[in-house]
Parts: sequence; structure tokens; C-alpha cells
Amino acid sequence: MKPIIIIGAGMAAYSLAREVRKLDKAAALLIITADDGGFYSKPMLSNAFAQKKLAAQLISQSAVQMAEQIGAHIMTKTRVKHIDTNNKVVDTSSGAFDYAQLVIAVGAQAIRLGLAGDASDHVLSVNHIDDYATFRDKLLPDQKASARVTILGAGLIGCEFADDLAAHGHHVTLIDPNVLPLAALAAPALSQGLQAALSARGIDLRLGTTATSVDHADGAFKVTLANGDVLAADVVLSAVGLRPDLALAQSAQLATGRGIIVDSHGRTSAADVYALGDCAEYRIDNEGRTSPLPYIAPILTAARAIAKTLTGEDTEIDLKHSPVIVKTPSYPLALVPPPQHAIATGRWETEVDGDRTVCRFFDAQGVMVGFGVAPQEAKIRQALMAALGTTV
Amino acid sequence: MKTYQCIVCGLIYDEATGWPADGIAAGTKWEDVPADWECPDCGVAKADFEMVEI
Repeated sequence: MKPIIIIGAGMAAYSLAREVRKLDKAAALLIITADDGGFYSKPMLSNAFAQKKLAAQLISQSAVQMAEQIGAHIMTKTRVKHIDTNNKVVDTSSGAFDYAQLVIAVGAQAIRLGLAGDASDHVLSVNHIDDYATFRDKLLPDQKASARVTILGAGLIGCEFADDLAAHGHHVTLIDPNVLPLAALAAPALSQGLQAALSARGIDLRLGTTATSVDHADGAFKVTLANGDVLAADVVLSAVGLRPDLALAQSAQLATGRGIIVDSHGRTSAADVYALGDCAEYRIDNEGRTSPLPYIAPILTAARAIAKTLTGEDTEIDLKHSPVIVKTPSYPLALVPPPQHAIATGRWETEVDGDRTVCRFFDAQGVMVGFGVAPQEAKIRQALMAALGTTV
Repeated sequence: MKTYQCIVCGLIYDEATGWPADGIAAGTKWEDVPADWECPDCGVAKADFEMVEI
């Protein structure tokens, strides 16, 4: 019996394997990964410092344990070179394997800025457990108590790292071309609240500008900004965003946009080939709009649906809205960003209730299609989720 | 009494302790935790917890 082959061993790959196994005790599962295959949750990487966690402590199970727990064959340190969708063969650095069905869960790569300077190749990004280990080593050589960290990008990941590192006693400078942090996701009132909270935490925000070059200087780095400012840093971290990893999909001639295009069932343009997670571009509404969804909740939803489809019960991925929870303890936020197409013609309404700020986004028809709240907790989150889609 | 861990953020639910802040009394068995209960830290569903031996 040919197996279901899963390429990747992140949250998407393992969630899918788990779900398939729940439904089918006999299915042959082969997981192929370029890394060690240890199970960890990527969201933990951006708040592991304050918890003083080493990389190894974030890996809850090794590949061997996962293989046993799921009942799967896992090939680690194996690179997939090519997918032949006609003959249903995956060609790897360890040989070629036939598949009955294939799932691509290869994730995304950190976007690298084109920076000038003789130290631009020393800019780190953290999108994998191995990156986290490297970052920790660079941050705290010789058990130094604190470091000067420059973070490029004040989006979700940049803000989470900034808050976490500042809580850990590091001196953080956060740089973003927008005039507010989290500008792409949050209402202006909440971005302002976050800015105030991060500043109060001791984080130096340099907004409305970008880094242009990173050079070696005095045993550390000199970061030059477009506005002429010069910063000294021990570590420079880039958190400007992720780009779905399309190399395999494109070489196999699968339809791709920003991510690997999948239909309502998670199917790519090739028969018996599926994709989910950070590499996928999902159908997000009934009008044919598509978007990558680089969050945990869609992974879990897609994994459940695709597992059912793989095991014989055609199931649509029901991408219900789930709030994005921003792990910035100095200003805990939860939000559902309004859909891109509604932003130009809609409006934010802000309500301040004691120390809590609630922002609701209404589209041109007056329907609530997004929100943000801080400080957030389960009850207010659920109330706002329930109000989505209603008119006021 | 068993413990369950959120696979996403690592939060631990201990049956012995329950989760009083969400009205789940100490000693509440996992199967008796409401299906719509979410991880207090990261908001994923009850289904995304796994039993762990600690």
C-alpha cells in the first residue's frame, strides 16, 4: 500500500498526521523533513526568553517519540528535491518514494531585507527552533546579563520578541516604516496603546523609518537608519515577515500565488496533492478571495478537514474566524483583522471602558467584520467573536 | 488525576487544580471540561490539548 507522504515536520505536518491517525488506524504515513523532526510549537519561540527556556526545552517530543506516538515513519535530515505529480513520486536526498496522497507542509521563510553594510549577513531571523538556538547563543555569549537588540519590523512577531526580550532585561530598539506598531493588523487606537505600553517597558521605538545598513563596529554592530540615526547593537533581529516556501510547488508546476493555492478542501492544482500551514494560500470567502493565513488556528482547522478528505470523507475546510492573540504581556491584545478588501471603505469605532479599549471595524454596509481588544481575556474575546457579522 | 497540555502554547491543565478563573472547579475531569472551553493563554480549542505525564 502506498503511503500518505507529508513533507515537513512543523505544527501543520504533525497536526495533520495526528488527525489522520485518529481517523484511520491502518493508513501508512511517511513524514519527510529536512530538520531533526522534533515537535515544537513555533509560536512559543517569540515568548520563550522571559520563561528562560533553552531551545531543547521547547521540543516536547523527538522525532522518534513522534513516530511512535503517531504510528508514522519519519525520515529526518532528508531534503525533498522534486515532486513528480504525474507518476506520484517524491524524489529526495535519500531516494525516491511513491505516494498515494501527498501533503505539502513546508512552511514559510523569513523575508530578508536587502541591507547594505559589511555585517548585513549577520542579521538573524527566528522562524525555526534552530534559529532560536542561534539567536540565544548570540544574545547571551559568556553569560552576559543583557544585550542591545535591534529588531527590524514592529509587526506581530517583532512586537512579541521586543516585549519578551525587554522583560528579560535586554535593551531593545524596535524599527518600523509605519508610524505605529502592529499597523497592518490593529486599529490605530490599539496600536497607540501598544506603542505606549512598549515605551513604558523601556523599548526604544523608531517609527516611520527603516534600517539601511548594518556594519561591524567595536566588536558589535552599527545599524544606520534611513532617517540618519545610528544605533549600536549586539544582535540585529529581522522580523519583517514571512514568505511561503514555494520552491517545491513551483518546480512541480502547482498553481501558486503568494502561497500554494488550495481549494476549499485543501487540494492543490495537482491530483492527490494537498497543502496547509504557512506555505498555503487558502480560499477565505465564497467570492473566491484567497490569502495565506500564517496562524495556528487555520492549521488546526485545515488539518482536521484534510485528514477527513484523505481518509475518504470529503470535507470542506471551515475557516471560522479565530482571534489572533498577540503575546505582548505589557499590552495583551486579541484581534480579528478586517479583510483587506473592506479596509478602504469601512471604519473603526473605538470604545474605551475603564482601562480596556475595544475597537470594532464596520464595512461599508455597516457589518462588523473585524475587531481588536486590549487588555484581552476569554470572555470579551468570545463576546466580540459572537458579534462578528452583525450590524449595529 | 491527569494533566493535559496545550500543544500550541504549552499551558498545563491539571484536573486536580481545575481552572477556577473560568468556573472550572478543582477536580474537574478533562472529559467534563466544557467543549467550548478555550486555552486561557492562546485561545485554541479544548481538542488541541494532549494528555501528558508529568
